[in-house]
Amino acid sequence: MDNRRPSRTVSDPKVRQVGFVTPGAAPPARYLSEVPTTAAASSPPSGEPAPPAISISPVMIPPPRHSPSPSAPLAVPNPARRESLQIQVGGYNPPEVLLGSPPLTSPSSRMDDTVSQFSEDPSMSPCDGRSGAAKVAPSFPGSSGEMMVMKAGTVGGGSNTPKSSWTTASVAKTRPGIQEKEREAFVGTQNDGAGASKTLKEKTTKAERRALQEAQRAAKAAAKESGAGVKLSAAPGGAVPANTKQGKVVKSPAQKKDGPQVANPSVSSEKKVVDRPPEKDRKKDIPPPRMQFDDIHRVEKAKRRALVYQFEAKNRVELFRHLPQYIHGTQFPDLETKFFQLDPMHPSVYKVGLQYLSGNISGGNARCIAMFLAFREAIRDYSTPPEKALVRDLTAKISSYVSFLIECRPLSISMGNAIRFLKNRIAKLPDTMPESEVKSSLQSDIDRFINEKIVIADKVIIRHAVTKIRDGDVLLTYGSPCVVEMLLVYAHEVGKQFRVVIVDSRPKLEGQALLHRLVAKGISCTYTHVNAISYIMHEVTRVFLGAASVLSNGTVYSRVGTACVAMVANAFQVPVLICCEAYKFHERVQLDSICSNELGDPDVISKVPGRKDLNHLDNWADTENLQLLNLTYDATPSDFVSMIITDYGMLPPSSVPVIVREYRRENLWI
Amino acid sequence: MWGRSASFLLDKRLRDQHPSLSSPSSSSPDSTMDPNPNPNHGVSAYYQTRAEHHAIVSSDWLAQAQAAVDREGDTALMEGPHASAAVSLSASKPFSVIDEFNYWRKKPDLAEAVAAIMALAAVIRSCEATTMMELEIELKKASDMLKSWDTTSISLSAGCDLFMRYVTRTSAVEYEDFHAAKLRLIERGEKFGEISMKARRTIAMLGQDFVFDGCTILVHGFSRVVLEVLKLAASNRKLFRIFCTEGRPDKTGLRLSKELAALGVPVKLLIDSAVAYAMDEVDMVFVGADGVVESGGIINMMGTYQTALVAHSMNKPVYVAAESYKFARLYPLDQKDLEPALHPIDFGVPIPSGVEVETSARDYTPPQYLTLLFTDLGVLTPSVVSDELIQLYL
Repeated sequence: MDNRRPSRTVSDPKVRQVGFVTPGAAPPARYLSEVPTTAAASSPPSGEPAPPAISISPVMIPPPRHSPSPSAPLAVPNPARRESLQIQVGGYNPPEVLLGSPPLTSPSSRMDDTVSQFSEDPSMSPCDGRSGAAKVAPSFPGSSGEMMVMKAGTVGGGSNTPKSSWTTASVAKTRPGIQEKEREAFVGTQNDGAGASKTLKEKTTKAERRALQEAQRAAKAAAKESGAGVKLSAAPGGAVPANTKQGKVVKSPAQKKDGPQVANPSVSSEKKVVDRPPEKDRKKDIPPPRMQFDDIHRVEKAKRRALVYQFEAKNRVELFRHLPQYIHGTQFPDLETKFFQLDPMHPSVYKVGLQYLSGNISGGNARCIAMFLAFREAIRDYSTPPEKALVRDLTAKISSYVSFLIECRPLSISMGNAIRFLKNRIAKLPDTMPESEVKSSLQSDIDRFINEKIVIADKVIIRHAVTKIRDGDVLLTYGSPCVVEMLLVYAHEVGKQFRVVIVDSRPKLEGQALLHRLVAKGISCTYTHVNAISYIMHEVTRVFLGAASVLSNGTVYSRVGTACVAMVANAFQVPVLICCEAYKFHERVQLDSICSNELGDPDVISKVPGRKDLNHLDNWADTENLQLLNLTYDATPSDFVSMIITDYGMLPPSSVPVIVREYRRENLWI
Repeated sequence: MWGRSASFLLDKRLRDQHPSLSSPSSSSPDSTMDPNPNPNHGVSAYYQTRAEHHAIVSSDWLAQAQAAVDREGDTALMEGPHASAAVSLSASKPFSVIDEFNYWRKKPDLAEAVAAIMALAAVIRSCEATTMMELEIELKKASDMLKSWDTTSISLSAGCDLFMRYVTRTSAVEYEDFHAAKLRLIERGEKFGEISMKARRTIAMLGQDFVFDGCTILVHGFSRVVLEVLKLAASNRKLFRIFCTEGRPDKTGLRLSKELAALGVPVKLLIDSAVAYAMDEVDMVFVGADGVVESGGIINMMGTYQTALVAHSMNKPVYVAAESYKFARLYPLDQKDLEPALHPIDFGVPIPSGVEVETSARDYTPPQYLTLLFTDLGVLTPSVVSDELIQLYL
């Protein structure tokens, strides 16, 4: 953790290098601008042979230091080709470069920090060490490249500002993987870089691509022949096979480079930490951690690896292709049959996974608690295999569980934070501690997290929120947020006179259960669907909503439909209060609900329960030009949020970053 | 519930069951909340103090003002208890925070929060506790008493909270000797009081930069901080002119305009309802604040909200001058979400029977209508207020 700081400065270069790695496509102008600086900054320390520069586009208006060193640190052959492409790009984008680059750098560096926790979701997966890598890899560069190709065709430079901004966002998000101490993540990123370039090339032509890869490989190998063997061994757990399997030409060399460095640190965790910074530079080049599911190659690879059999989703919605497509329903029986064959998976984790899959457990807190309880059991039954270090092996174990859970259902942000907490605890364990003590301390850590960050936090939130309920109020809630339910029950118990409007929406209709429970308590309720929101809103005096996460620009990431309710409330001048535990806060910034979201089962929105005659969509999958979109989350801009009630009190949305800044550490260490 | 058309029968039934709901202003919240009520009911003590200060400084002028006649009477009435309090203090009867507080409060230039801070510092001094814990408990009791003395004053309770925070956060445990610790506390308390007293000057220095030559400033309400800013700007030979709202019902604008005129600043007086009319001539709006709340919004004299709304819609900046001891951990969601501070209004004519009068003396201005806050912590955007509060209290 401590080393995080130093790494941060480095992070920028990494981003830049990303650009470098995917030169062919010559994507966002931003890359270009960034590359140079990176090169200048990072090349000396990296000690790479610094093969003749792939001159990064001369055209671009580079940050001052860059200009003298067109020689890029990375040994990428084929300068000629590159150059031409880049030049094109440069020509297109110079102004953009100017515009784009500054923002990029700042967010990226800032994000770094975030990354680590964020990484939990995407890069967590490294079940055998490498899985994470593989998954992650496809994310950024690949997709951007693809996009580019589609859009611009031959003209690499076609990429435009909007795109670049988009990419930035993704980078920021994904990047976190890097931060993870886990070596896997590291490797993964590396892979990413490679993958990215690969994909780009593929788009161009096979021959070209092949040539380029070969060249790269050669150059890299020459530069760094030493590390290969070491590196492989260094990879934790199953990483080794994975890497080899991937066997992409480009990749292996890249990995080799890191090999030696990684290996050494592995001896002791502290050492690793120390060594980190230099490596980090390198890593940072690598793109984003997040899996982009529109990258065919990545997906293929992930599929091969997957525990859960993945069907090809049909008729994907164009804008959401990068998200994991919904396939859960179909794999459920399949998974069930595998129950006894899955050796590595702890049964309790398996059970929780199935519950996620079937939707029996939903809601941020419930999922988080279920996951932690399963982990707790798994830790209880854990024993260190011979010849392995507990810290490392357990981390890998947890990672593999997490990647299994991700296959069942993508992680929520709150779960990512929780996992990050757990991994931090594991990493901080003293080496000398006996295994039994370690296990009991971890179990008590888990209990404490659940207790302090969820149970007690909820109580505090309720105490705060109840002060905002006056007699005669009409409170509106949407869906079935558990904190709000507790709040309403509590307010009723303390004798407040109020009425509740429960707004619900298809297909989940979670509000009905809430309605049932509240009515049973004697609270007078009104139930309606979100379609009637503008009618019902005028009699409402307060809107209480839950959240899956609150991001650091104040954006509330919550169940789909929340944004709609909040906006209508805002239009009616009704205050919107978000109840959210602070452990769900995240440093990420998100502007829309597109770049990160979860897709639900499209079938459920094609059917109307109880109306057999409404069967127009029965065979929708056969119609090629029909796509169904069932989103799970949406992002509510902070403008529509009057107040966020959290365990630290009642705050304006603009204070979320303050909490994140001041208490992140505390949250992690408890 | 108020102001929303109820389409639901249920709603109506509810209201029938609780008739008090339909007339919230009829029930006086003070009477329910106040363990040691202050003499005048129906009037916020905070506004009494203000009136008092005004009277002390400019009683000559107020005497001429027709409208201020009954205020004068009020003040005279108030003078009694205070005088006796001072006497009792000097007679060193059992120490009382309230008396001490009132003693400080009477000083015209001392804000209420600073008075509270001084009073609490005096509590430490006169405290006979022998352990840290005792002292803290005593201090807590005193501050609770102060707060309950006037529940409507935001700066009073904020000042008390801040003082408690500032004083007790010291690592008193470090001193084995209780007396050393106590001395340290007293020292801290006094230092805090000093800082608070200097706050106004700091703000004036920061704020006067925003006054440029030839600008027209609209000021609503009488605020000593705003006056300080304008004074400093005037003494720096800036040329500007002031529009003063009348500031009904206590005519605070008249007082401000008098002070400014004495400084040689051109002043024009507006009635409160002429704000929108005059706004297009105005370059910026200056207001003070009774309290700054967590959202970054302010609670201030009635009419601030509408002034800020008008300014916002005409794209004029609204600047708030407020000392940091007015930052309070409150978060009103709307106007009714406040402890109402009542202030009787003199309409000059008898009010027809059966007519209700809105007597609330202050309103809440949401942060989106404010441009900047001048505080002794620096010039802040509204969203930083919460940041500061979090750092202070958490």
